[in-house]
Amino acid sequence: MSRFTARTNSVRTLAAMVVAAAVVTGAAACSTSSTTSASTSAATSSANTAPAGTITVFAAASLKATFTELGTEFQAANPGTTVTFSFAGSSDLVTQITGGAPADVFASADTKNMDKLTTAGLVSGTPVNFATNVLEIATPPGNPAGVTSFQDLANPTIKTVICAAAVPCGSATVSVETATGVTIPAVSEESSVTDVLGKVSSGEADAGLVYVTDVKGAGSTVTGVPFPESSKAVNTYPIGALSASKNAALAQAFIDYVTGTDGQAVLTAAGFGAP
Amino acid sequence: MRASFGYAGVPRWVLAIAAVGALFVVLPLVAMVVRVDWAQFIPLITSPSSIDALLLSLRTSSTATLLCIILGVPMALVLARTSFPGQRIVRSLVLLPLVLPPVVGGIALLYTFGRQGLLKAPMNFFGLQIAFSTTAVILAQTFVALPFLVLSLEGALRTVGTRYEAIGATLGAGPTTVLRRITLPLVLPALLSGAVLSFARALGEFGATLTFAGSLQGVTRTLPLEIYLQRESDPDAAVALSLVLVAVAILVVGLANQVGAGRRQGPGMLS
Repeated sequence: MSRFTARTNSVRTLAAMVVAAAVVTGAAACSTSSTTSASTSAATSSANTAPAGTITVFAAASLKATFTELGTEFQAANPGTTVTFSFAGSSDLVTQITGGAPADVFASADTKNMDKLTTAGLVSGTPVNFATNVLEIATPPGNPAGVTSFQDLANPTIKTVICAAAVPCGSATVSVETATGVTIPAVSEESSVTDVLGKVSSGEADAGLVYVTDVKGAGSTVTGVPFPESSKAVNTYPIGALSASKNAALAQAFIDYVTGTDGQAVLTAAGFGAP
Repeated sequence: MRASFGYAGVPRWVLAIAAVGALFVVLPLVAMVVRVDWAQFIPLITSPSSIDALLLSLRTSSTATLLCIILGVPMALVLARTSFPGQRIVRSLVLLPLVLPPVVGGIALLYTFGRQGLLKAPMNFFGLQIAFSTTAVILAQTFVALPFLVLSLEGALRTVGTRYEAIGATLGAGPTTVLRRITLPLVLPALLSGAVLSFARALGEFGATLTFAGSLQGVTRTLPLEIYLQRESDPDAAVALSLVLVAVAILVVGLANQVGAGRRQGPGMLS
C-alpha cells in the first residue's frame, strides 16, 4: 500500500512539473519591450544651469538605435543627467502610459498613437514632429528574386511579407497600395517590422515592406530596394513631454535636443527624413 | 479512492497560502471578464477574422495533438521500457521544448524546415514548401506540445510496471498484442490527460508560430496571433477573443477531467 502511495505521489509531482513548465514557457512567449539604460558616470561638477536628474523616455521600437545613441550624447553633453529608455511598439507604449507607467517623454512612430495620449490629457503642451520615415522594399542579401519595383510585389510567385493593416507600417503599406492600385498577395501579415525583417533576412520570404531606417539598420542582412511611390505614405514621428513627469525641465531639454541640430544630424544619418 | 484518505489534516496556514495562490490565478481571469464589453461581445467574436482564427486554431491544435499521439506514444514506450546508452541525454533533449522559450523553438524550426534550412535539399527534391502554410503552424504546435504527452505517458508507464505485460507474454501473447491489449489500456487515462495537455499547449502556441509560420488570416493566423494583432487596434476585441480562448481551454480540461474520473472510478479495467 505504501509503495502504491509513493507511486501516486510521484505521478502527481510529475503532473505538477508539467503544468509548471507550461506556465513558464507560456509566460516567456511574449516579452517584446526592452529597456536600455545608459548612464554616464556623473562627474560631480557644479553644472547648476543645466537640468539634472533622471528621466524615462518611452520610444517607438523603430527609434531604438538612434535614441540610444542620442541618449548617450545627451548625457555626455549634460553631466549629471540619466536618460533611461523603454522601446516597444507605439500602441504598446500608449497602453502602458495610459495604465500609469512612469514615463517622462513619449516618442511615437505615428501621429495616431500620440493623438490617443493628447486626447486622454496625458501630454503636457503640444507634441512636436521631429522625423519622418517612408517605406522601402527589403530583400534577402543580393535580392535573389530580382525585385526592382513596387509593381513587382503584385507577382504572386514573389513571396512578399508585409505588416498587418492594424500597425503603423501596415497602414502605410495600405496607403501605397491604394495610391498605386497595386495589390500585394502577401504570404504573411506580421504585427511588427521586426517580424517582417526576420522573415526576409532568413531568406524565407523574397521581399518585405519595412521602413527605410529598418533597411539601413539591418546592415548587410538585407538588401534594400527603394521605390518612388513610397512618398505616398510618409509617416510622421511626434515627441512630447508627459504631464505625469516629475522632471519637466529635463524632459523638455531632451525634446529640445532631439529636435535641435545635434539630434537631427543623428536621425538623418539613420535614414529618417526631416519633419 | 477518495474515501481511503480519511485523514485531511491540512494546517490552517497551508490553507491560507493555498487561497492566496488560487486568488493569484483566478483574479486576472476575473479582471478580464470584468473588462469585456458585453454589449459588443457577440459582434466582436463573430467577426470573420475571429471565426477564421478560432476555426484554424481548433483545426491545427487537433491535428497537432494527433501527431503528438502518433509520435509520442512510441517515444514514451521506448523511454520507459527499454534502456540504451545515452538514454538520459535523449530524454533531456526530447523534453527540451518544454523549457525552451517558444520563440527559440520557432527560430530552430525555421532553420530546419525553412527555405534556406537544414532540410533544404530533400524538401526541394520533393517540392515541399512549408513556409507560411498551415503545415508550418501544425509543426510549430507539435514541436512545443510533444514533450507534454511523452512526459505524462512515460511516468504512467513506469508507475504501472511490467507485471501484467510479463504475464501476458508468458501466456503466449506477442509484443504487439501485449502493447494493444495490456499496456495501452492500462495507461489510457494518462494518455488522455497527456493528449489534453498537448492540445491545450498547442492551442496557446504563439511564439513559435509567429516566428516560423507567419500570420495570415485563415492560413496561419491562429487565435493567439489574432489576439496579439487585435490588441494593436481594438483592445475590446482582443479581450473578447481572450475570453473565448479561456472558455475553450476550460471546456477541454473539464471534459478531460470528466473522462479521466469516469475511467478511474470504472470497475476493474483488467477483469
